[in-house]
Amino acid sequence: MTRKQRRLTFIGVIGAVLACAVGLVFAAMGDKVAFFKTPSELATMTPDPGKRIRLGGLVEDGSLDRGTDTTVRFRVTDLNDAVTVSYTGILPDLFREGQGVVAEGILQPDGTFRADSVLARHDESYMPKEVADALKEQNHYFESETLTQ
Amino acid sequence: MLNELGHYALVLALALALVQSTVPLAGARMRDARIMRIADPVAGMVFLLVGLSFAALMVAYVRSDFSLLNVFQNSHSAKPMIFKISGVWGNHEGSMLLWVLILALFSALVAAFGGALPRSLKATVLSVQAWVLVAFLVFILATSNPFVRLSPAPLEGQDLNPILQDIGLAIHPPLLYVGYVGFSIAFSFAVAALIEGRIDAAWARWVRPWTLLAWLFLTLGIAMGSYWAYYELGWGGWWFWDPVENASFMPWLAGTALLHSAIVMEKRDALKIWTILLAILTFSLSLLGTFLVRSGVLTSVHAFATDPTRGVFILGILIVFIGGSFALYAWRAQMLRPGGLFAPISREGALVLNNLFLTAACATVLVGTLYPLVLEALTGEKISVGAPFFNLTFGPLMIPLLMAVPFGPMLAWKRGDLFAVAQRLWVALVAALVTVAVVAWLAGNTHLLAALGIGLAVWLMAGALTEPLVRAKVGREAFGTSVRRLVGLPRSAFGTMLGHFALGMTLFGIVASSAFESERIVVMTPGETIEIAGSRLTFEGMVAEIGPNYRQEVGVFRSVRGGRAAEMRPAKRIYTARQMPTTEAAIRTHGLSQLYLSLGDAKEGGAIVVRAYDKPFVLLIWLGAVVMALGGLVSLSDRRLRVGAPRPAAKRASGARTA
Repeated sequence: MTRKQRRLTFIGVIGAVLACAVGLVFAAMGDKVAFFKTPSELATMTPDPGKRIRLGGLVEDGSLDRGTDTTVRFRVTDLNDAVTVSYTGILPDLFREGQGVVAEGILQPDGTFRADSVLARHDESYMPKEVADALKEQNHYFESETLTQ
Repeated sequence: MLNELGHYALVLALALALVQSTVPLAGARMRDARIMRIADPVAGMVFLLVGLSFAALMVAYVRSDFSLLNVFQNSHSAKPMIFKISGVWGNHEGSMLLWVLILALFSALVAAFGGALPRSLKATVLSVQAWVLVAFLVFILATSNPFVRLSPAPLEGQDLNPILQDIGLAIHPPLLYVGYVGFSIAFSFAVAALIEGRIDAAWARWVRPWTLLAWLFLTLGIAMGSYWAYYELGWGGWWFWDPVENASFMPWLAGTALLHSAIVMEKRDALKIWTILLAILTFSLSLLGTFLVRSGVLTSVHAFATDPTRGVFILGILIVFIGGSFALYAWRAQMLRPGGLFAPISREGALVLNNLFLTAACATVLVGTLYPLVLEALTGEKISVGAPFFNLTFGPLMIPLLMAVPFGPMLAWKRGDLFAVAQRLWVALVAALVTVAVVAWLAGNTHLLAALGIGLAVWLMAGALTEPLVRAKVGREAFGTSVRRLVGLPRSAFGTMLGHFALGMTLFGIVASSAFESERIVVMTPGETIEIAGSRLTFEGMVAEIGPNYRQEVGVFRSVRGGRAAEMRPAKRIYTARQMPTTEAAIRTHGLSQLYLSLGDAKEGGAIVVRAYDKPFVLLIWLGAVVMALGGLVSLSDRRLRVGAPRPAAKRASGARTA
């Protein structure tokens, strides 16, 4: 192999691997990321079983129905609109009514939300950032209340 | 008094770090050995002063001195002693102090053990190291001072976040930081080489042990963090592709690439410019990780506080160091003479391939981590990039790399023979194929991917074992001779073997525990029994208990497996000071597998939601990391690296082949 051929081989292989990486990233960006929505935004959406959504808001007071089996139901609200969420499994330790929550899952044809993971806060002085921002936009959020250490 | 002393020591450390950052560098430019020599005692003093400051903070924690705001916010007098100590770095200010302490430790180590380095290179390295020190000392003193006082002093503290009150936290951050910050040495060496405009194989030989040391600690730190999340968060997951995890994983990927490219540079005097770039990149990713975790742009268990001034400050440090080093690189890299030629099929070629895949994989992780931040900043749209994205991008890039791993160490330098290597690896290949067949037969067609994954793991393990055996000519020469050859192999050969073998172990654990996991979420009443993957689990009832700074409801379970019974006690805890609940999982280990139990909500009539998992071979995930780090340690003990100063004659005499 001449010097030139060697160089071309290396450049070819490097180009191919990088092209694969870029291709994979673009393919994954298309349908593997979840978009953050508030209940108001969700109300205007058409259900798409292939689309993952992160629903954020507050757990509506008095809406938690723990049921008798392992499926729980609760409503997530942004104080304008609310959506019913069902989830099978164990809720996080810091899940409480009136507190911020992020549920990830899929919007069902009947307008309810089926979550496969539910995130609450990590500690008592933390509100999921997305939820805080969304509530702030709607002027329902008071800085001093939650984000102080 | 002691607190003020700690504060003062920190200021003094900054003053000395300023000296260290300029004077030795000037000495190197003037070629004045006396001025250059100042670097050593100053680096030692900076370390002692930061150490004193750290010790003062620790004493404040041990004594529960709530006149310090930091102690008040993160400690409690009833907290067990071990968590009072680990609480020092369980918060933003303290963890930054630990960061700087390790940075100073590394520069002191270079000062103490870098005797074989050329005088001017050593002085320049120590100066560059001090630039980073100065930046972070100013950061601590200006925005994150742990010695801020409270007056009047409160009687009781607010306690540490309960999920951080765990032995895992005592160990995880120091390990991780030694790794993260240890890469600063590779960075300083790279920048020093660019400043000096001179680089050769000896440079790689000096840098490699430091990189290896940092890498092995980072490996342990990541594994420890993963295991901690697994048992402490109660979800049974061990990796979430959380941005904060990615922040530690990216330097690991780049650092692994650096370890491998430094070999090419050391042995063949090639890939110099690339190795320099990798050294800069690796530490840049460490800095980026620090920024992501500490700035509050991400919310996670690691983001202790969200204070925008800190974020902006670290972003400034990030821009100056990354931007500055890349600019220096663009300006000076052409001065470095490119090294030897090699054929695409050769040890060098294999190592280039390794670097290519590792950096490409690292880039996809970087994109996945930063894309949501960039998108939100540009469009306001909020997205979350999680496991599905990384499985689709990172996974496919790892598979060809893992398939190629056994070939690498067996190819000859300069020009290798792929066919001959394949012939030597036939035993490993047969072992892998038999494994695929057996697993597919046992588990059924639905688990074909899992069977292939486990086959790949066996290929890695068998391939790693093949290399030293082939080199010792086991089975080709008299048994005694080959044993003697095997013992006589350089330690680094065994380091390679262990590292690559461990990769197979981890992969085995990942595939087996995720493909063959059993999960049951059930409501259980006292006296009820369930079966999960060969274990019988009986719920005996709930017991209330009181701990030092918490109270808990413990679910008492009896698990019977293979005729042996054991009690399992998962719990729901409430930490009294913060009124914060946590879930404590119970884990029963059988062989390399684990039965994992965590509690959910209580229902009427004493019933409770129980989540039970059986995770086959899950322990291999972390054992693999431990063996990997052990491989690094064995490689570090190689005579070649211990002896230090390479002399051409000594190099030829040892005749060591390494990978």
